[in-house]
Amino acid sequence: MKTLKKIYDDIGLPRLIIGLFFIFLVVTSIGLGFSPAAIFSDVIRRWLMYGTLVLAMVPGIQSGIGLNFGVSLGISTGLLGSVLAMEISFLRNWNEVLGAGAPWLTLLLALVFGVVMAAVLGTLYGMLLNRVKGSEMTVSTYVGFSVIAFMNIVWLSLAFKNGELSWPLQGQGLRNTASLSGSFGGLLSNPDVVQSTQPAAMHWLAFRIGEVTIPLGLILVFALLCFFVWLFFRSKLGIAMSGAGENQLFTTSSGINVDHKRIQGTAISTVLGAVGIILYAQTYGFLQLYNAPLMMGFASVASILIGGASVHRAKISHVLIGTLLFQGILVTALPVVNEVIEIGTLPEVLRIIISNGIILYALSKTKGGNQ
Amino acid sequence: MSKANSLLKKAGSFLFDNKVMIAFSAICLAAILLSGSSLSFIVDGVFTRIGRNTFTVLALIIPVLAGLGLNFGIVIGAIAAQIAVFCVVYWGMGGFGGMLLTVVIATPLAVLFGYLVGKLFNRMKGAEMIAGLILGYFADGLYQLLFLVIIGGVIPVSNQKLIIAGGVGVKNTIDLTGNLKYSIDSVLMVDIVSVLFYAVLAITLIKVVLHLLKKYQLKKNDIILFGIVGVVFGVSYIPVVERFLSTDRLGLLAALTAVLIVLALLQVYRIVKSLFIEKAESKTLIKPIASLVVYGLLYGLTFVPEIEEVLLFAKLPVLPFLLIAGLCWFNHKILSTRLGQNMRTVGQSQSVAMASGINVDRTRVIAMVISTVLASWGQLIFLQNIGTFSTYGAHTQIAQFAIAALLVGGASVQKATNKQAIIGVILFHTLFIVAPQAGKQLFDNAQIGEYFRVFVSYGVIALSLAMHAWKKFKKDDAPSSGDPDKENPSLPPVPVEE
Repeated sequence: MKTLKKIYDDIGLPRLIIGLFFIFLVVTSIGLGFSPAAIFSDVIRRWLMYGTLVLAMVPGIQSGIGLNFGVSLGISTGLLGSVLAMEISFLRNWNEVLGAGAPWLTLLLALVFGVVMAAVLGTLYGMLLNRVKGSEMTVSTYVGFSVIAFMNIVWLSLAFKNGELSWPLQGQGLRNTASLSGSFGGLLSNPDVVQSTQPAAMHWLAFRIGEVTIPLGLILVFALLCFFVWLFFRSKLGIAMSGAGENQLFTTSSGINVDHKRIQGTAISTVLGAVGIILYAQTYGFLQLYNAPLMMGFASVASILIGGASVHRAKISHVLIGTLLFQGILVTALPVVNEVIEIGTLPEVLRIIISNGIILYALSKTKGGNQ
Repeated sequence: MSKANSLLKKAGSFLFDNKVMIAFSAICLAAILLSGSSLSFIVDGVFTRIGRNTFTVLALIIPVLAGLGLNFGIVIGAIAAQIAVFCVVYWGMGGFGGMLLTVVIATPLAVLFGYLVGKLFNRMKGAEMIAGLILGYFADGLYQLLFLVIIGGVIPVSNQKLIIAGGVGVKNTIDLTGNLKYSIDSVLMVDIVSVLFYAVLAITLIKVVLHLLKKYQLKKNDIILFGIVGVVFGVSYIPVVERFLSTDRLGLLAALTAVLIVLALLQVYRIVKSLFIEKAESKTLIKPIASLVVYGLLYGLTFVPEIEEVLLFAKLPVLPFLLIAGLCWFNHKILSTRLGQNMRTVGQSQSVAMASGINVDRTRVIAMVISTVLASWGQLIFLQNIGTFSTYGAHTQIAQFAIAALLVGGASVQKATNKQAIIGVILFHTLFIVAPQAGKQLFDNAQIGEYFRVFVSYGVIALSLAMHAWKKFKKDDAPSSGDPDKENPSLPPVPVEE
């Protein structure tokens, strides 16, 4: 009985409900005659698509800035890096010059641009958050919103030559969604793209076994990122950072500069956000500009909280479980709902309720614990 | 020398205290000049938007007073209003009666919601703003569930006019023309005067009866109030006045003249009072006389043809403006009540409040209930003026815009006044009106102006939250600070080192 109670406490009520709901949805959809292979492929795809963005939450939480709603900053730099890389690729005509290597170089360039900008801006953002200790979450939410609104102006004023990016016949302004099909879209995850554009030696990146799609390239990249973050928090620097998040007083007295650690944590979180959105766009096949990333920070926060993280503590396992449950529900709910009651918007409504409900729950838990 | 110095200092601190407002005024002015829109167009638009939005912005003041910060939870009040609007339109009612029914439905809902939100906020002290923000999104999800799935899906509906073609879910927009549109705006002034008269008459009669029963001491002010209202009511039967009052819109010129006359009478009353009743020294007369001169000058300005043209162009709906004035009065008066004092103490320091025997949690819940109810009424004023009810969009931005407007007026997380709310609404909505045109002139793209406006509204919130947190953090960090709130370990998300 005691062990049962302990297991229940470890899982927590919200995770239990959401987990059971997910299992219920999977069983129902299979019962309704959907192909398990298709569901499995979809869940895997969405899991990896959002995974890195959720992973970006870990350094933020561990370093003590709490839930980083301002990951939109990293997302914006990632998007900016991507459009810059695509424009350069177009101007230099890489597709003709480099052939199969072009998308790789574009992807690499996008990552480099995104990461460098994210590191710089993330550091500044971390310095801001150090000055608003105690209200990081409110401030970061609105900093995130402001950044997206500012980027809207940027997207609208950029005059690019690449027809995939800019509106035809206007000379100014980028599209709402830019297709990546001629660039790095699906390079790590879409079997069709990999088979048609890459040499045979690279075909292992994404392939099908029966009806199941295995995006091995993306799996490896995400696993590698998770491993790096895991390793980082085992290193001296990472342990010091966790200490800064856990007990500022103790950490300060052991000679560690807490503010520095918080800045580093914020910067790493922002960089992971930039990498995350590029991997997201690569999997999705489109770059979503303008207001599309406005609420992505909220989805990431909700995911890691569903995984069992708190405002103060987060682990890689929380990322994996949380993203799987959250995205899994969204993927499986749509066909089930369509089959049962034919209200197409219900999954979207569910997403809003679940994601915000879990954030509220986590916030109320923390405060309750403090009093 | 020292006088000049202190004057300079005063000017400097005035500039510093109002920096947000001044910076924003500059932006607005630049945008107006760039846009090249006509002044009549801008003034008319601004006054329309003042009537539409100020009530909601004023609903934010009481939570700030009670230390709950900027109430992002007013979305929930708006939701209560929208549920009521849907019911009333669904039942096919309209006009002022329909609006009254809407209020009757919306108010208990808002009280309930406000109570629940207040209870929740008491569990998350120190994180009310982020909680309110998330709560707004969460409530939006539940609202969508109700309107998209439950109405038609679970609750059967007979009136298919408002329902999406499949029979489940409410349509995207509900046209209020012919039912609730202008149901508050179009109330005639004569009717307002009559209702006011009968209300005051009833109250006075009750007081007189109570006085006769020796349960209540009749005061001089009661009689004076009744006298004034009675005179106004009597005057409204003079044909000229009656014709003037038999409209629902008041020209801006007439409104301005009326306000100036009332203000001037007030100052004259003050002068008379200090001269003949209190027999004060003449020094106190400087201010009222200066005010009188200013009013005179302002009235003189209305004879400048350009200004007169603008003033003649704009027309104000009377009742919304009266309601706004009433709410200002309420926000002001509540400060002198016991409840208002309690709220202020709680807002300053919960520990001190608790030590002096104030029920902190209860006071906070009451503040939230009042704010939520006011927000729901504000949303009703907004919807009846707009005339189309966008079912899934009308409430989503309300907290965002109301808070941005309040902050633009110079308010902060801890201090907000009626004046700041009104100035904020004027500035924020001026930018609202001229930004697209300005963007078009400047960048040849109206969309940029639109996005700039959104950026400003997010940015001003981010900036002022950051400045507030910075100040608070510095205060908490200072070793000499004896702030009792430091004992309260509920600062999110990690307690700052003490």
